[in-house]
Amino acid sequence: MVCESWKAKLDTYLDGELPAEEMRTFDAHVRGCVSCAADALTRIQMKRAIQVAGKRFTPSAEFRKRIQQSIAPKPQRSFRLTWILAAAAVVLVAAALTTTYMATRSARDQVSRDEVSRNQASRNQVFSEIADLHVATLASASPVDVVSTDRHTVKPWFQGKIPFAFNLPELENTQFSLVGGRMAYLDQTPGAHLIYDVRKHHISVFIFQERAMPPSLSAKSTSAKSTSAKSALGADDNSLASTDLPFNMETWNQGGLRYFVIGDASSADIDGLAKLFKSAS
Amino acid sequence: MPHFERLYNFACWLTQDRLEAEDLVQETYAKALKGFSSFQPGTNFRAWIYKILRNTFLTSRTGLKATATVPLDPEDEEEISPSVSETPESILLQRSDGQFLQQAMEQLPVAYREVLLLCEVEEMSYQEIAATLAIPIGTVMSRLSRARKALRDDLRVRLQKR
Repeated sequence: MVCESWKAKLDTYLDGELPAEEMRTFDAHVRGCVSCAADALTRIQMKRAIQVAGKRFTPSAEFRKRIQQSIAPKPQRSFRLTWILAAAAVVLVAAALTTTYMATRSARDQVSRDEVSRNQASRNQVFSEIADLHVATLASASPVDVVSTDRHTVKPWFQGKIPFAFNLPELENTQFSLVGGRMAYLDQTPGAHLIYDVRKHHISVFIFQERAMPPSLSAKSTSAKSTSAKSALGADDNSLASTDLPFNMETWNQGGLRYFVIGDASSADIDGLAKLFKSAS
Repeated sequence: MPHFERLYNFACWLTQDRLEAEDLVQETYAKALKGFSSFQPGTNFRAWIYKILRNTFLTSRTGLKATATVPLDPEDEEEISPSVSETPESILLQRSDGQFLQQAMEQLPVAYREVLLLCEVEEMSYQEIAATLAIPIGTVMSRLSRARKALRDDLRVRLQKR
């Protein structure tokens, strides 16, 4: 048969998978060959028939709801629960402490302790929100809005979107790589969310204006050791590292900006990326 | 939930049982969330999640049963003859309705069914199919060709019986 060699490739042609040059040659041939044109037409009809017949099953609304409830909100919900429990524990510990030392402490000390526990609960809430943002982003089909490994592409993308400027560290000769960035909102305040990779781990860096953050974040944290955060890891007094989160996290205030570095990478990696940011700012 | 409806449709075609398909989709999302760190940003997300679903199916009881009787890619060694049929496909199509075609698709071995669905229903490129099924592109092409031929042959036999 004259057209045998063409017909052997007809399906690949109709799937649009021949190399560009061959596609063009095939187009020209099919236009001039009645036999191949007829074959192409029936195969297209067959493809369409299979496509229609193949779209056969639709999930029930009940199943969709079940999946949404059981899968999507799980990480966030368990997070919230963890932090509600942690916050409750903080309050209980503070209350127990208050009762034990009531007799020996002055009324002024008690006021001071209450303030500390309020600060801790508020700080825990911020950490929980940050962890939620990190998890929700990684679960998203499109984790980043600006995809680039080049800091000179990612940084200008935020121009006009956030009310402040920041510096991104040079990553040459480090194990970190920039994946991209997106907008983030904390307490209705816009900020920058950057995603970095280190050995297949994703690390989020959030940057917000310090004045938009709850004052508890920058409060002196002398009693923070007993709760979820320990104090003073970094160069400045406001640096905090979380110990009870299922992630490693570090946060600090620098140049009027509040930084959070969070991820499931080791605390050494989190600290490494935090140091790069501290020296870049 | 990205690709939810399509994943469910694909799962139904693989398992041929709605309840099993629901379990399969649920497990797929759970695994995808848990193993999200293994997803490389910039690579094909759709191929990644379909691959999870398919691998989960293959290790299920139904999947093991469905694949136990099918030889692994005998097509790789053989030359594929051009799929020129004795009965014109137009006649096959005219005489068969959607349900008839669905029955013929159900009867295809799972390896043929999945490659046909990924190509025709999901409209994946050969490269995406290769990534999803973890096979070379050449095998995608030969398997597709065999799947199409098997479907036509099955339709022809069914029409003769009717």
